[in-house]
Amino acid sequence: MDFLDFRLDMIWNYRELFIRGIGITLALTAVGYLGGFVLGLFVGMGKLSKKKWIYYPSKYYVDFFRGTPLLVQILLIHLALIPGIFGHSLGYFVSGALALVLNSAAYNAEIIRAGIQSIEKGQMEAARSLGMTQNVAMKNIILPQAFRRMVPPLGNELIALLKDSSLVTVIAANDLLYAGKVVAGASFRFWEPYLTVAILYLCLTFVFGKIISYVENRFSNSYVPTQRKKMFSSRR
Amino acid sequence: MIKVQGLYKSFGELDVLKGIDYEVKEKEVICVIGPSGSGKSTFLRCINLLEDITAGDVFIDGVKVNDPKTDINEIRKDVGMVFQQFNLFPHMKVLDNITISPRKIRKMNPGEAEKLAHQLLKKVGLGDKANSYPEQLSGGQMQRVAIARALAMQPKVMLFDEPTSALDPEMVKEVLDVMKQLAVEGMTMVVVTHEMGFAREMGDRVLFMDQGIIVEEGTPAQVFNEPKNERTKAFLSKVL
Ligand SMILES: Nc1ncnc2c1ncn2[C@@H]1O[C@H](COP(=O)(O)OP(=O)(O)OP(=O)(O)O)[C@@H](O)[C@H]1O
Ligand SMILES: [Mg+2]
Repeated sequence: MDFLDFRLDMIWNYRELFIRGIGITLALTAVGYLGGFVLGLFVGMGKLSKKKWIYYPSKYYVDFFRGTPLLVQILLIHLALIPGIFGHSLGYFVSGALALVLNSAAYNAEIIRAGIQSIEKGQMEAARSLGMTQNVAMKNIILPQAFRRMVPPLGNELIALLKDSSLVTVIAANDLLYAGKVVAGASFRFWEPYLTVAILYLCLTFVFGKIISYVENRFSNSYVPTQRKKMFSSRR
Repeated sequence: MIKVQGLYKSFGELDVLKGIDYEVKEKEVICVIGPSGSGKSTFLRCINLLEDITAGDVFIDGVKVNDPKTDINEIRKDVGMVFQQFNLFPHMKVLDNITISPRKIRKMNPGEAEKLAHQLLKKVGLGDKANSYPEQLSGGQMQRVAIARALAMQPKVMLFDEPTSALDPEMVKEVLDVMKQLAVEGMTMVVVTHEMGFAREMGDRVLFMDQGIIVEEGTPAQVFNEPKNERTKAFLSKVL
């Protein structure tokens, strides 16, 4: 079996390809996540709007992007939407990042909507009774509290996005999975490149997981700074 | 100061207020009593439009609150409200709870707002709590901060919705004392309360509400000592 003569030297020879792949995967994830967060904020608040012309587009947006496969969305955007608007492709990165932004915005919108709705009604009422407008109250009173409750699901979303970003391989984006594919194609060996890819994804999700649990710790307990659990404090 | 005319309020099929007419004059302390579910909170919340009005009108200082042309935020600047559940902002220090509205809405400069906040905290007996967070306070302290927060907007009227009902008995007095002090200083107040002692002592007028209407109205002596309506008598015999 191939597995018995595992050729680490082969992977080492392609290290630059893998490193660049990691870079592209991280860049796509970062752009997708940040863009998806900002857009998701608007869409999520749109889903809470009483105005029908804001509510329905937000709702249909979420329904579409959660109800269709990301792979289909990537192909639609890369092969149809962008060429349709610009007359030519803008490269895999633009298409891939756009698909990830639009997709994760839909998931984030639901998280953000639920987070805002979880804040007691009395908070908005107290703010409004003090003369604050809806927007001032949302920005200063509701969102700061809601964000804390959103941290765990938003963290899950980040990990999911990191892994889902591998789907951009289908439009020949030079991401981490694509590096594996290239090596496999050149060497006709499959254990080494794909196992390497899997391990590298595992390392990335592990590091992200650590960062997320740090942030969760920081935000999930007391509002009082001195009473927060310290993550790295020595035990008494 | 506050004029309520033919106020109706329904939640879907449920008629909660069925025609309320009342006028609150400047510097008056009005205490609203009545059984649970009689519409006391709803009445109060219609005054600053936390609930929208089904029919009728509310005027504050001659301005029609429920006029679509009225900017409700302008009205609310002048109408403070204190809630049963305090509703302090848990993510802000006491000081910021008090200064946020003066800063953001009255455009007061931060130094001035803080000075005002410290004055108000001293007034409610919490001069040393400016840098605490709400979760570090007792219920009575939280409610006193909530009163200071409302006062920081320098309102013309204060609405209180059962401000002591969520408190442990030993903390009721500290909150009532702050309210008494306000009343003595001439604040116009509408107080929904189950504290009959407070109503008797501080109320200029007492309203007894039941099933969405004002059943009886008068001075505390009239309402408590010589109630005319059978429903008032029945209610008072239960709570006194
Ligand atoms: N948002 C709402 N939607 C539907 N029904 C409501 C709503 N708010 C209040 N009600 C109903 O209106 C009626 C009057 O409620 P309200 O809170 O004004 O009574 P209350 O006199 O303040 O009672 P309590 O002493 O218990 O506070 C109740 O039957 C209540 O269930
Ligand atoms: Mg009530």
